[in-house]
Amino acid sequence: MMHDLIGRLFRWAFDNPTLNRMDDQAVLALDSNRIAVSTDSFVIDPLFFPGGDIGELAVYGTVNDVAMCGAKPLYLTAGFIIEEGFSLSDLQTIVVSMRDAAHACGVTIVTGDTKVVNKGKGDKLFINTTGIGIIGHDFVISGSNLQPDDVIILSGSIAEHGIAVLSKREGLTFETSIVSDAAPLHELVQVMIAAGGNGIHAMRDPTRGGVAATLNELASSSHVGIRVIEKAVPVQSAVASACGLLGLDPLHVANEGKLIAAVSPASADRVLAAMRAHPRGANAAIIGSVTAADPGRVQLQTILGSWRILDMPVGEQLPRIC
Amino acid sequence: MKFLSEFQDPDSARRILDEIRRTVTKPWVIMEICGGQTHAIVRSGIDRLLPSQIELVHGPGCPVCVTPLELIDKAIAIASRPNVIFASFGDMLRVPGSRKDLFVVKSEGGDVRVVYSPLDAVRIARAHPDKQVVFFAVGFETTAPGNAMAVVQAERERLTNFSLLVSHVLVPPAMQALLRSPLNRVQAYLAAGHVCTVMGWKQYEPISSQFRVPIVVTGFEPIDLLAGILAAVRQLESSRASVENQYARAVNREGNAVAQETVDRVFEIADRKWRGIGVIPQSGLCFRPEFASFDAERRFVVHEIEVAEPAECISGLILQGLKKPHECSAFGARCTPQTPLGATMVSSEGACAAYYSFQRNRSISSH
Repeated sequence: MMHDLIGRLFRWAFDNPTLNRMDDQAVLALDSNRIAVSTDSFVIDPLFFPGGDIGELAVYGTVNDVAMCGAKPLYLTAGFIIEEGFSLSDLQTIVVSMRDAAHACGVTIVTGDTKVVNKGKGDKLFINTTGIGIIGHDFVISGSNLQPDDVIILSGSIAEHGIAVLSKREGLTFETSIVSDAAPLHELVQVMIAAGGNGIHAMRDPTRGGVAATLNELASSSHVGIRVIEKAVPVQSAVASACGLLGLDPLHVANEGKLIAAVSPASADRVLAAMRAHPRGANAAIIGSVTAADPGRVQLQTILGSWRILDMPVGEQLPRIC
Repeated sequence: MKFLSEFQDPDSARRILDEIRRTVTKPWVIMEICGGQTHAIVRSGIDRLLPSQIELVHGPGCPVCVTPLELIDKAIAIASRPNVIFASFGDMLRVPGSRKDLFVVKSEGGDVRVVYSPLDAVRIARAHPDKQVVFFAVGFETTAPGNAMAVVQAERERLTNFSLLVSHVLVPPAMQALLRSPLNRVQAYLAAGHVCTVMGWKQYEPISSQFRVPIVVTGFEPIDLLAGILAAVRQLESSRASVENQYARAVNREGNAVAQETVDRVFEIADRKWRGIGVIPQSGLCFRPEFASFDAERRFVVHEIEVAEPAECISGLILQGLKKPHECSAFGARCTPQTPLGATMVSSEGACAAYYSFQRNRSISSH
C-alpha cells in the first residue's frame, strides 16, 4: 500500500520518457565518450534546514561532484531508503524539491529505487544519487593536477551551509538568519572553462570539512604546498559571529554551493572576472597560491601576518564548553 | 561588525606590537590562564610576533584538559546504562577514558546527546520522565552558574529524574598553587575574561598583592590579547603589581551577583583533583548537602576507579608552564589528537592540541 503510493509519487514527480518505460535500467545515448560518474549518499539531519532540504541537496551535491572535472551533468539516478512511518507529506515535499532542483540543473532523473525499512532501522530518510555527465574539453581537470605558482580561487563566502544546518539541529536551536548556500555549480564551471580553458587545473567543492579539508586533499593529491591568506577568505559577518559563538572555525565548516579552483597565473584574472560576472561567483576571490615547497601542507597567513598550519579538521566539529 | 572585526584589526595589532617592543627591556614570563586564550594566541600566531624577551606559557584553564580521567570513566559507566540519557557539551564526547570515549558509548547504543546549555538537559528530563537524565557538569566559574540554575529549576519542577555529574574547578586556587610551587616561572598572569564576567576581578586583588604579580583581565580576540600582554609588560617593566582590566567591555570588579548567588546556593567549595596536576585544596565545587540528591555520583554508585596517566605524558609540566608541547618526545609522534596520551592533547583548547593543529612544523617562520 505504502509502496504503491510512493511509486506513484515518484513517477508523477520525475515524469520523463526514460523513467516511464519502467524497465530495470535506463538506456542512455551520450554525445561523448568521456563520461563523468559520481555517487553520493545523503543522510543529513535535519531533513529541512534554512535554505533547503535533503532532496535539493541530493541533486545539487551530485551535480556539483560531476561538474568538478568540468563535465556537463545530464542524468541522475535516485535511491531512497525510507523508515517505516515517515510522513508522506514530508516525502512529497522532498520529492518535489528534488524535481525542481533537477529541472533547474537541466538533469533528468532516469532510474531509481525505493526501500522501506522497519521503524528504528533507519533515520527517517536517506537518499543516494548517482550523476552522469559528459566532458566536452580535451584536457584534465583533477585534484591531482595542481601546479606550483597556480592561483587558488574561492567562488564565494564560506560556512553558510554548516551553520544553517547546525542552527536547526535538535537541542542546538539558535536564532539566525543564515541560510544554506546549497546551489548547483555546473554553469559556473562552464563559464570558468570558457574563460580559462586548460589554465584551469583543478576544481573541488569544499563540502564536509570545509575549505581546510579540501585544500589539504588537493595539496596531498598533487604533492604541492598551498598558502592561504586568511583575510582574503570571504565570510559573511553573521556567519563569523555564529562561528565565534559556537567555537567553530569557518574554514572547517561545510559548504554546498561553493568551489575552489587552482588556475594558472596567466589565466587567473580572466577566470576571476568571468566568475564574478556569474551570480554563483559574484563574491569570488583569490585566496592563495600553490608552492613547490612544503608538499602536502597547507599554511595560512593569519590576519596578524604570521603563518600557521591550516589543518584537516579532526572528526566532526563540536561545540566547546566555554 | 562591532565587537569582532575591530578586535581583529591588523593595523591596531601592529601598533600594540610596536608599543610592546618599545616597552620591553628584560625577559618576562607571562601565563595566559585560559585554554581559549591559548588557542587564540597560537591560532593567530601572536606568540611568534612578540619580541623574543616575552615568553608566553600556557595555563591550566582548559576544562576538558583538567577533568580527571576517573570522571570520564564514570561518565562512560553512567552513559552506558540502558535507562539513561547522558547530556554533555560537545567537546567532552571525544575525550578518551581509560578504555573508550562517549562517542563509542553512543555508537554502541547509549543515548548520549550534545546540548548547548544544561537547561536543555532539564528540558530533556521533563520530556522523558521514564528516563534518568544526567548532565556532565564540567568547567570553571563560567559554566557553574548555568549548571546551578539547571538544578534550581529541576528542584522547582520536582524533577526526580535529573542529576549532574559534577567536575567543577575554580581558577584562583590554581593560580595560587602555581605561584607557590618552588618551580614557578610565572611573573604575570593574563586572567580569563569569561571567568571574570561571572566572578569579577576582586578575587585576584589578594593574589596580586600577596605574590607581587601583575594580573590583567584579558579577552579572547587578537587585539584583546595583545593589549593584555602590553599591560602586563608595562607593570613588569615598572615593578608594579596590580589587577588591571583590559576586558572592560564585558567585565567589572564585582562580576555578576545573581550568577554568583545561584552557584553559592547549590554548590560549596571543596578539594578537587586536576588532571595532570593532582589535588588542589579548595579548588573546586561540589553539591551542598541539601542538593545532594542531584549528585549523579551518588545516584548511580559509580565506584572509584583509579587510573594512572601514561608515564611518558608531561602534561602536568605543560599545565604549569614548565615545558612547551614541542619539547615533549611523544609530541606529534606517539601523541596526537587522534591518539592522545594525556590531558593537553585531548581538547582543541589544550596547549598540545593547539600546537599540533597550528604549529607542529615549528620550522615555519616567515615567507
